[in-house]
Order: sequence, then C-alpha cells, then structure tokens
Amino acid sequence: MNGMSRKILRLLPLMALMAVLTGCKLSVLHPSGDVAMQQRDLIVASTVLMLIIVVPVILLTLYFAWRYRASNTKAKYDPEWYHSTGLEVIIWTAPLVIIVALGALTWVSTHLLDPYRPLARIDASRPVPEGMAPVEVDVVALDWKWLFIYPQQGFATVNELAVPVDVPIQFRLSSSSVMNTLSIPEMAGMVYAMPGMVTRLHAVMNKPGDYLGFSANYSGAGFSDMHFNMRAMPQADFDRWVAETKAGQGGSQGNLGREEYLALAKPSIKDAPRRFASVDPGLFNAIADQCVEPGRMCMSEMARLDARGGIGPVAAINTATRRVYAGGVARREGVGHESDRTYVLDFCTPSRPTGLLTETSEAGPVLALAPAPLTGTPE
Amino acid sequence: MFSNPDFWTSVFGRLSFESLPIHEPILVATFAAVALGGLALLGAVTYFRLWGYLWKEWFTSVDHKKIGIMYVILAVVMLLRGFADALMMRTQQAIAFDNPGFLPPHHYDQVFTAHGVIMIFFVAMPLVTGLMNLVVPLQIGARDVSFPFLNNFSFWMTTAGAIIVMMSLFIGEFAMTGWLAFPPLSDITNSPGVGVDYYIWALQVAGVGTTLSGVNLIATIVKMRAPGMTMMKLPIFTWTALCSNILIVASFPVLGATLALLSLDRYVGTNFFTAGLGGNAMMYVNLIWIWGHPEVYILILPAFGVFSEITSTFCGKRLFGYTSMVYATVVITILAYLVWLHHFFTMGSGASVNSFFGITTMIISIPTGAKIFNWMFTMFRGRIRYEVPMLWVVGFMPTFVIGGMTGVMLAVPPADFQFHNTLFLVAHFHNVIIGGVLFGMLAGINYWFPKAFGYVLDPFWGKLSFWFWLVGFWVAFGPLYVLGLMGVTRRLNHFEDGSLQIYFLIAAFGAVLIACGIACFLIQLVVSFLRREQLRDVTGDPWDGRTLEWSTSSPPPPYNFAFTPVIHDHDAWYDMKKRGFKMPLSGFQPIHMPKNTGTGVILSILSTGFAFGMIWYMWWLAAGSFALIVLGAIIHTFNYHRDYWIPADEVARTEQARSVAVAGD
Amino acid sequence: MSASVSPASDGEKVVFYLEKDEHAHAGSSTALGFWLYLMSDCLIFAVLFACYGVLGRSYAAGPTPKELFDLPLVAVNTAMLLFSSITYGFAMLQMEGGKKWGTLFWLGVTGLFGVAFIGLELYEFNHLIHEGAGPWRSAFLSSFFTLVGTHGLHVSFGILWLVVLMIQVAHRGLIEDNRRRLMCLSLFWHFLDVIWIGVFSFVYLMGVLG
Repeated sequence: MNGMSRKILRLLPLMALMAVLTGCKLSVLHPSGDVAMQQRDLIVASTVLMLIIVVPVILLTLYFAWRYRASNTKAKYDPEWYHSTGLEVIIWTAPLVIIVALGALTWVSTHLLDPYRPLARIDASRPVPEGMAPVEVDVVALDWKWLFIYPQQGFATVNELAVPVDVPIQFRLSSSSVMNTLSIPEMAGMVYAMPGMVTRLHAVMNKPGDYLGFSANYSGAGFSDMHFNMRAMPQADFDRWVAETKAGQGGSQGNLGREEYLALAKPSIKDAPRRFASVDPGLFNAIADQCVEPGRMCMSEMARLDARGGIGPVAAINTATRRVYAGGVARREGVGHESDRTYVLDFCTPSRPTGLLTETSEAGPVLALAPAPLTGTPE
Repeated sequence: MFSNPDFWTSVFGRLSFESLPIHEPILVATFAAVALGGLALLGAVTYFRLWGYLWKEWFTSVDHKKIGIMYVILAVVMLLRGFADALMMRTQQAIAFDNPGFLPPHHYDQVFTAHGVIMIFFVAMPLVTGLMNLVVPLQIGARDVSFPFLNNFSFWMTTAGAIIVMMSLFIGEFAMTGWLAFPPLSDITNSPGVGVDYYIWALQVAGVGTTLSGVNLIATIVKMRAPGMTMMKLPIFTWTALCSNILIVASFPVLGATLALLSLDRYVGTNFFTAGLGGNAMMYVNLIWIWGHPEVYILILPAFGVFSEITSTFCGKRLFGYTSMVYATVVITILAYLVWLHHFFTMGSGASVNSFFGITTMIISIPTGAKIFNWMFTMFRGRIRYEVPMLWVVGFMPTFVIGGMTGVMLAVPPADFQFHNTLFLVAHFHNVIIGGVLFGMLAGINYWFPKAFGYVLDPFWGKLSFWFWLVGFWVAFGPLYVLGLMGVTRRLNHFEDGSLQIYFLIAAFGAVLIACGIACFLIQLVVSFLRREQLRDVTGDPWDGRTLEWSTSSPPPPYNFAFTPVIHDHDAWYDMKKRGFKMPLSGFQPIHMPKNTGTGVILSILSTGFAFGMIWYMWWLAAGSFALIVLGAIIHTFNYHRDYWIPADEVARTEQARSVAVAGD
Repeated sequence: MSASVSPASDGEKVVFYLEKDEHAHAGSSTALGFWLYLMSDCLIFAVLFACYGVLGRSYAAGPTPKELFDLPLVAVNTAMLLFSSITYGFAMLQMEGGKKWGTLFWLGVTGLFGVAFIGLELYEFNHLIHEGAGPWRSAFLSSFFTLVGTHGLHVSFGILWLVVLMIQVAHRGLIEDNRRRLMCLSLFWHFLDVIWIGVFSFVYLMGVLG
C-alpha cells in the first residue's frame, strides 16, 4: 500500500503535465489547414523515425552508466577493449540509414510543400476542383500592422484577414520597412515578408473559425502587438463579407490610394482592424517596388536601366535626400522618429505616368529630368 | 567658445547627460550595485597590496595556463550578467499577460539582444578558449603556445569587447535588434541610436582576439607537439581544439568583414544592405550565418573533446573508436560550412536549395551520432567512477541526444515553416548549447581545476550544482518546447492569451533552479578554496588520468615539463605509467621561456577607447586611440629581448620540491 | 638525440623524455602562423569580392564602370604594385646575401612604388567622389570602394611596416629576428599583389570590357 501510494506520488507531476498539455491547444499538432496538416504529419513521421534510434541510445546510455559503475564489481571490466570494426560499422550505418530515409522524405516533402507551389488538393481526400481559381491576397507588413490587399475584389483591410474555407489561397508578401514573418500556425506556418522583395505562400483553410496570425520575426518597437485575427468562413459568408466591405458597410470606408497608404505606413502600434472599400490596383506592386512615394524611381525600373548599362552623365545627380518618419527599434521617447533617406528620382512626371523609358529611339532610351518630383515630399 | 554647441559636439559627439539611464530604476540600482561591488573589490585589492602581484603575475603574463584561467574568470563574470538578463526575460514573460510587465520594449529588446551576444561571445567563447589555452599545450607536451605575447593580447582584446558591452549598460543603450543584428532593422534609419554601434565594436574588438587566438592555437598544435606525438596519437581534446580553431580562423574574418560592411552602411552611408540604392539585406543574412553556423561547432567540438577525455578517464578505459572519433570531428568541421541556409528556410529560397541544406544538416547528425555511440561503448565494460565531471557526461548524453533530435526536426524545411522563430527553436538551441557546450565546459572546469590550482573542487557542491543545472534546464526549456508546438514566437514582450502563462511560470521556475546551479558552482569555488588543504592533490594526477597534462605537477611549473616527453602510444601518460616511468631527478637543463609584457593590456585599453570614440562619434578619441594603437604596436616590435632562461638549478629545486611532496603523500 | 632510458615493463628500453632539449621553440612556427593570418585576411577579401560579385551590377540608375574607370591610369597603378613586388624580391635576395645596405636600398624602392600606388588610388577616389560617384551612390560603388579601399589600406599598412622594418634593419642589421620579419612582410606584400591582380581583372577589366 505504502509502495503503491509512493508510486502514485511519483506519477503526480507527470499527470499534472498531461493535464496541462491536454488543456492547451498545440496548434502545430492540431492544425485546421491542409498544408499545416501535412507539415504536422511530417513532423510526426520524422520524430518517429529518429526515435527509432534515439530511444535505444538513451536507454543504453543510462543502462551502461548504471551497469558499469565502479561499485558494481560483478560487471566485466576490460580496459583494453577499445576497438571493434563490426560495432563501428554499425554505429556509422545506423544513423546513416535513418538519415537516408529522412533525407528522401525531406526532398519529397520540401518540394511538395514548397510555399511557392500552387496547391493540388484541398485536403487529404479532395483535389482542387478543375477551374477553381485561388483567392489572392497581397500582404504588406507595415510598422507594426498588417495590410491585406484583395486584388481580385479590389479592396483592402488592416489587421484583419478573412478567407473562404476549402478554397486555395495565394499570398504574395512584401514589407514596407523591415523584415517580418507572416505566421499563421493553423494554416501553413510562416513565410518572411521583406522590403523590396516579394515572397509567396499557397495555403488553404479547412475549418471555419477564428485563428491567430502574427509576425514571427522581431521587427522593432511594436512587434509584440503585431497580430491579427484570421477569419475562415464558408464561401457564402465570405462573399457576403466581400460585398459588405466593398459597399462601405460594416465599418469599411474610403479608398486606399498611394497617399492614404503613406499615411497608413507611418509607425503605429495596436491599430484596430480597418477596412478600405477600394484600393489602388497598382499599390502592392508599387510597395514591393519601393516607389509609392511620388518621384521615387521603382527598383524594377532601376534594374532595367542598369541592365541597359546605365543612363549616362545625369546619373550622378538623380538622387535626393528626404526626411521621413521611420519606425525601427524602440526608443525611450516613444514610437518612431525622423530620419533622412536617400532616393533615386524617377524620370516620369504626372503627365507621363509610365515614365520616359517607354520612348526609345534608335540610339537608346530618350531621357530627360523632370523637375517636378524634386520638390515633391512623401508626406 | 564653451557656449558653442559645435565645440561640445566635437568633444563629446553624441554623448550627453540624456545618454545616462538615470530614469530607469533597474539600471540605476544595477549601476549602484556594480559600482559598490567594484569599489569594494578595488579597495580590497589595494588593501591587500595585490596590484603589483596581479599586474606582474597575471595581467602581463604570457603563460598559457594563467591566460586560460583568466579567460574562464572572464566567462564566469559575464555569465552572471548574461544570466541576469535571462532571469529578467523569464520574469517579464511570466508576468506580462494583459499588462505591459516591468520591462518596456526599449529595455526588454536590449535585454534579449545582450543576453544572446554575451552568452555566445563572452561566456561560451572564453570558456572554450580558456580551456583550450589551459589544456592544449599541456596535452601535447609543450612549454607554451607558439606566440605567447599574441595569446595575452588576444585575451585582453576579448576582455575589451566584454567591457564595451558592459559600458552600454550604463552609458547609452545596447542594440535592440536580436543577437545577429539583421538589417534593415539594424541600419541607421531603423536603429539610429548607439546600440548597434556598441554591438558592432564590441564584436569587432573581441573578434580580433578570437581570430588571433585561433591562429596561435593551430600553430601550437601543428608545430609544438612533443616528439612521437603523431596526429593520430593526439589526445582527442586537442583534436577537437584543432578543428575548432580551424573553424575560428576560417569563419571569424567573415564576421569581421560583415560587421565592417554594416558599419560602413551606418557610418559612411554606403548601400550594401539597403534596398533603396541597389543593396541587398539577404547578403547580410547569408554572410552572418556563414560565420554563425560554424560558430556553433566552434563551441560544441571542444565540448565533445572534454566529454571524450572525461569518459575515458573515469571509465578507466581507452576511448572507444578513437579513429572514428577523429574522422567524425573532421567531417563535422567540413560540413559546418555547408548548412548555413537552414537558418532561413522561410525566406523563400526555393525547394531545391532548401532540401539541399536540410539534408546536409541532417548528415551532420551521422558523425555526431557516431560520437555518442563511441562514448557509450567507452562506458561499456568500463569501471565508471562517478566523480563530478563524469556526472556531467551522463547528464549531457541524453540531454544532447534530445537536442540533436529536435535539431533534425528543425532541419526538415516544411517543418521549419512551423518551427522557425518559435520557442521550439529557442528550446532547441538552448538544449544543445546548455546541454552540450555549457555542460561540457562545467565538466571541464571540474576536471582540470586540480591541474590549474593543485586542489580538487569540492564534490558536494559540485554535485548539487550539477543536479540543479540538469533539472533546472529541463524545467526551464521543456515548457518552451511545448509553447513552440503551440506556435508561440520568440522575443515577445507581452501576451494576451492567458492560457500560456502557466508555461512561462514553469519556465521561470526552471530559470530559478539554474540560478541555484550557478550559485552552487560559485559556492563550490569558495568552499574548495577554503578547504584547499584537505582537497590538495600533490601527485598532479588526481583522477588517474591518461593524457600528458597529468604527468606534470599541479599547478604545473611555468615551464610545464622539465624534460620534453617522448610519446609512444595514445594516452601517453597512461602508457608511461604502465611501463613504469619514474620521474627524473637529475640532469636538468636551463629552460628558455618568454618574458611577460604589458603591451597586451595597453593595446586593449586603447582599443576600448577607439571603440568608445567610434560609438559616440568622438572622432578625436577614435583617431587618437587608433594612432596610439599603431604606435604601441610599433614600439613593441622594437623590443628584441622577449625571452629569458630559467637556470638549471632553479628547475632542479622546483622538481625536487615536487618529488618530496609526492613522496610525503 | 640523446635521451634518458628507463626499463619498460616488458624488458625493452623505452625513451620517455629528451635529455637535451632540441624541441621547437616559439618563433619556429612564425611562418605557419603568419600564413594562417594571411588566409584569414584572404577570407575578408573573399567576402568583399563576393559582395562585388553580387552587387557589382547594381548601379541604382547611377554611374557605371564604363563611365567611371580610367583603364590606362589603373594599368599604371597595377604596374607600380607589380614592380614593387619585384623590387621586394631584390631586397630579399640582398638579404640572403647578407647585404644590409642593398636590402635597405631595395626596400626603399619598394616603399616608393607602394606610395605611388596609394597616391594614384587616392587620386582616383577623389576624382570619383568629385564626379558624384561616391561610395554612397549605389551598391556597386559601395562594394567597389570597399574592396579597392580595403586593399589600399592593407598596402598603406604594408608601407608603414616597411618603414619600421627599414629602421630596425638599419639599427640592428640583418639579425635572425629581422630576417624573419622581412620574410613575413614579403609574404604580406606578395599576397597583396595577388589580391590586386584579382581586383584589376575582376573589377576593372571586366567592368570596362565585360
């Protein structure tokens, strides 16, 4: 009886741990989207594969440590036994075999679950139906909030993401200033959103509900509050939500153009969810191209000019330094600060929005410096 | 003139009264404590008239043993700072649920950055370098390292780096970027303060020391082995030290260059990492991890070496599979350069690149696994004495195996899309760095302490410390694994989901247990010092050791070995004992030794001044210090008398005293 | 190698230690140590070359190598450095012959070539900055200035070292320590030459002709 109760006492911490574990939501192990589900299966499979070798190693270690203790004079002591070709072959090949299996699994799964790869299935039993187009969402990480642009529907939201269930979603991600990670563990884990770059993520949600999304890469002062609610809803509800937002109902209002974007991009913390009934269709590309500010040359334009071998002597004078309001790391005085930033100026003018490079003569691009953007300010 | 603000700016640069954190009570209290403690220490040193002794016998010493000991002392002091940061983080995360906690982001973000930087650069690195310095020359039968002055200089540069980090605590601020300071967050627009500059210059100054120390130890191991000690008879710790130093020399310059590019972006306005004018932040991420991943192996390889030596000694057996152990070490050294991208699978590298780096990472687990098996089979048919060092080995093995397993889980790219930057990752790398590196270093300290000081460490407090560390580690990081599986990310300042709090409370409790482990370790040092007569070891070989360091007295004389030993087999000292070696009592020769010098201390003080000037834009200070550094180095080269001879009769007296002590035992 | 002999357990004679110390002393590993340092320095240049490789075409709609680089000037500059390597070789030959003043003469010539190289480089940098093509204008110029400037800094330190060594040789003659130092500087100087050949072909030639 006494021994029994002692055994139970010893099990108590373990039981407490179990209670805690079952009480919480291990979202990585019980996800609600098919991609995360496959990632979960992979995690479980790789863990089991490794446990095949890890468990015996730990048990044998502890057994040897106990068995060959100095006080146990019954155990065999053989100080000259330090080599065994057979054993050495085994200790190198056993991990090798596991790693070959794991490596094969890795190669296949990394390609199958590549976030850049369009989805082939909605869940384990359903392939994506013929002709079903994915919902597109363009994501911008701002200081310190998330902007979601729905290019197909033509509206945008801040700190609020809604998606239909059982429909593939195609994300394009970029960032306004620093690196962030769009992380929705229930859906597909995370992918970085980086300034001047576009990354992609394909995913799908299978269960309606509210899920937590957040930045998983430290990005400065307001990082800890950079989370949002992702609502997965049936297609009909989603359509209703889209219609509502576009109609300016349910708190949605206004247009998100370049100027509104620049105001929105200023550093702020704990922004309430917001919806814009419409959005400038070129906005996401301009953000990723780092040329939302009037007069600033797009990165793609620069790359095109560079590939042509430069633009000649004017190149030395086509930059301007401007004062901007930047976010960055926390400061004692509060959020955000003024900072100088140098831009390359664009050649286009409001009257010729596509830029002068479209006019090319036999000799190459025709160029002229437009004075107007020099006086423009981002604010 | 004095009312002219330009004048003051040219003198003090960015430094002003506002730079002093007088409105942050935590820092003021810390400053008061450090200042009082420092004054008490300085007072005691003055009162006991120790300045001359410290200067002559320690600060200016070129003796590798003393330098090794100073590295370890530096590491222990910095461990206290780094661990204080850890406690603050754990406390903040345990209480900040639906409230801001006690650390605002401005403070908290510095704390987690400083914690990482200090623990890697100023705790783990000096521990590893210290042990290598202390042990390697003794293990290969050498009288010192190849470049004794350089060794002293390296130590003081590392110390200068630590001092620069510590200054940021009270003057200005430290970086708030995370320990690798990725741009764009670390560029001048997003981190306009002095924090990142403190970071850059602390690492640059310390990095010079680390690189030179790496060069020094490679040359020592390659050139100064005792006759007969072929590479395949090298003690395994020396092998791991060799590989670790090769990694240092082949990776720290990359860190230096990368940080230099970041400084140019910040100081000159170049565009290496800024997207606006053609730069690319991904370059930084790649470059820093090309250093950063080998760095992990720089730390863990010597720990593996320590475990190998201890296992073999306390099992009373030659290490099982010495040859495969050496090859495993070399394979890890090479593979260390082929895995860096696994730190950013989620940055969109593409499936083929990701799988390549995922698989190379997994391949590293093969030689590592072989090592684990080798230790296991060394225990097999051994006769294991459970002294404190051996306890650490047995604690290390299961802990590290689990850490390795979670590492391979992270190496599967699709799984990493879930785990990246979560607390699962945090738990993993603490699992291998505490469970591997730190356990190894603490084992090594317990193992080689009698060699360094002539008395063993008190076993009671050592065992207590071990159990607190082991249990504390699992209590502190077990919950983080679970939180990682819940998708909780790292570096968060506060939370809203109250259901998470219990895990953070448990983790904080674990941190308290580890604090007890550290306290027991410190008490162990004090108690052992007080009981040193009872714990005295006069034989020089308290553990029935197997390698050459145990063949000389403890502490060894300045010249280590009166006669250069000749090696015939692995485990040279065991072999000598077996063949009936007797200590020579006559025929002593004068011994040629390097002289002490203060140049290292002076150059490191000047480097600190240079760094301070650069950080605060005090250009006169930076330029002046730099000129003096160059001048000091030049003056040093004009000194041609850097050696002296220990007369034969002095050697004879020293050896005689030892024989008497051994006989009287 | 005279050695003490003790009886081994199995009756054979085993040498346990050297009676007369012929063991390596600090100093004998200088060549290896210095070579290791050069390899670590080489890695710094590897990083800078890699940066130039990645960013060297990112002109950010700014000036390009074709507009900026003056190949004849750079060719003259390259010649300066190559000549300086040859004259350093002469200095080492004189040193081998034990001729102190001959060594000093050729070291002096080497130094002058070095100064000419640095002078031309400073002239080029000044010219570029004056034209609005400073290191801050584009990633290409950042990596260009850093790569070439780091090399220039190395050469400048080489010249300083050379002057110090000349004083020491003049003072103490070609003693063992000084010969070792001359050997190290020789390694350093030729190493910088090799780096420069990389810079010349990779940055200048490929920039203008490629």
